[in-house]
Amino acid sequence: MSSSLRRLTFSNALSAVFAWGCVMVVGAAACLLLYSVIVAGASQVNWEFLVSEPEDSGRAGGIAPIILSTVWIIFVCLLTTIPLGVGTAVFLADYSSGSVRLASWIRTSLDVLGGVPSIVFGLFGNAFFCQALGMGYSILSGGLTLACMVLPIFIRVAESAIRNVASDHYQAAMALAMSKWTTSFRVILPKALPGLLAALTLGLARALAETAALIFTSGYVTRYPDSIRDSGRSLSVHIYDLAMNVTGGNDRAFATAAVLVILLLIINGVTYWVARRLQ
Amino acid sequence: MIETKDLSVSYSGKTVIRDVSLKVAPGEILAIVGPSGCGKSSFLAAINRLTDLVPGASVSGQVLVDCCDVRSTSRTPVELRKCCGMIFQKPNPFEMSVKKNIQLPLKEHGVRDKAELNRITEEVLKKVGLWDEVHDRLNQSATELSGGQQQRLCIARAMALRPQIMLMDEPCSALDPISSATVESLIESMRGDFTVVIVTHNLAQARRISDRTAVFWVVDGVGQLIAEGETEQVFENPKNEVAAAYFSGLKG
Repeated sequence: MSSSLRRLTFSNALSAVFAWGCVMVVGAAACLLLYSVIVAGASQVNWEFLVSEPEDSGRAGGIAPIILSTVWIIFVCLLTTIPLGVGTAVFLADYSSGSVRLASWIRTSLDVLGGVPSIVFGLFGNAFFCQALGMGYSILSGGLTLACMVLPIFIRVAESAIRNVASDHYQAAMALAMSKWTTSFRVILPKALPGLLAALTLGLARALAETAALIFTSGYVTRYPDSIRDSGRSLSVHIYDLAMNVTGGNDRAFATAAVLVILLLIINGVTYWVARRLQ
Repeated sequence: MIETKDLSVSYSGKTVIRDVSLKVAPGEILAIVGPSGCGKSSFLAAINRLTDLVPGASVSGQVLVDCCDVRSTSRTPVELRKCCGMIFQKPNPFEMSVKKNIQLPLKEHGVRDKAELNRITEEVLKKVGLWDEVHDRLNQSATELSGGQQQRLCIARAMALRPQIMLMDEPCSALDPISSATVESLIESMRGDFTVVIVTHNLAQARRISDRTAVFWVVDGVGQLIAEGETEQVFENPKNEVAAAYFSGLKG
């Protein structure tokens, strides 16, 4: 073996060891996190925990109203995010050839918004939705605040998903004298659906994990919400409250965290499966 | 009928073709040949105003389609593109069924009657010789067809709108030799029914199927028309030296 070949083989082996080492460290960290949450929490998760109301500030009882509030908050958030987000993404990807400056201005603002800490969104949501629009502490305020937070990242990911499929289909549709509406919504979006789902999963994960933006907007009462105009506590807020404000609440915090993590894993699994089916 | 007068196209200030004046008679097949980057595709795009979609593109000079300037306000780009079908290098059927590929654009242009839609679908699929191959799987995804079948589907889809003009941008270059031959004979069969402008890298193909040939060449960094005329004359007895060298394989 010549010396240059030997050096090459050695450097290849070294870079492989390095890459694998990094993968192991990152993978181990993720596994450790999942393991500790599930081991500490899952033992207390049972059917009773999922269907009963919290008692004694959450030290006893279950999390049924909190799951319900979370579902409502996410529902409001998605109902706002999907149409607004898809519309904006379509505009940025297709329509903006005529208004390049507007589009680049929108992109820059979205990127800035995407980097704003969630607590700032919480304060904004409180000032705007709760007070200025008079929605008070409610699931509606919380869901809309979450939507503001999720939209930037959703739009940017969705835009690139649309762009990835767009150009030749877009050209074909334009050459067939089809309207932009049909082109975007009947030709391009169906093909971009797997990418849009990925964008949605990212947004959803961010929304489910959110605490700071919700404390000041959807509130933290633990009873069942009457409607979306009522206040409600999300799973993440519940975890925060149990861990920080309730002595002896740690066990239940872990149990709730386990539920949240399992929920996230299920959502990821389902969207992955749907995206695979669509392709 | 297509006529261009001093047509120039530039993208963000960089000129890609300059002063191209060409005439294509109704029902005739014109082949445009020339090396890569000499502006053949831009010439096509200027005819049906697909250049509008490129940010920074500007077109000067005149393009007449059926004696009417393509930029005249009396005809919208939608009407213009409806009468100019366009076929691209890479077959680009939509990701939907064979049938929907043809019927979605038709519905878009106001054909609502289901029987009429099916009649046109059958008619154009027969015209491109695809009916026998796909009539029992019209509801299957068009992306499951072979490359050559996809390209013929795209031609059928364009024909369904009853254009008078077909603009073809290297329609055979992404296909295998057998599919390419099928598509080629399909293009030949369009003579008389459509005014065809076909861009091709394949000189032999241009010679086989076209009535007239135009040779584009890059002169001083800009695409220009250097020779044009009856196909046999252009190939047999090229007046332009560069074109002669190109045909004999010495250049290009």
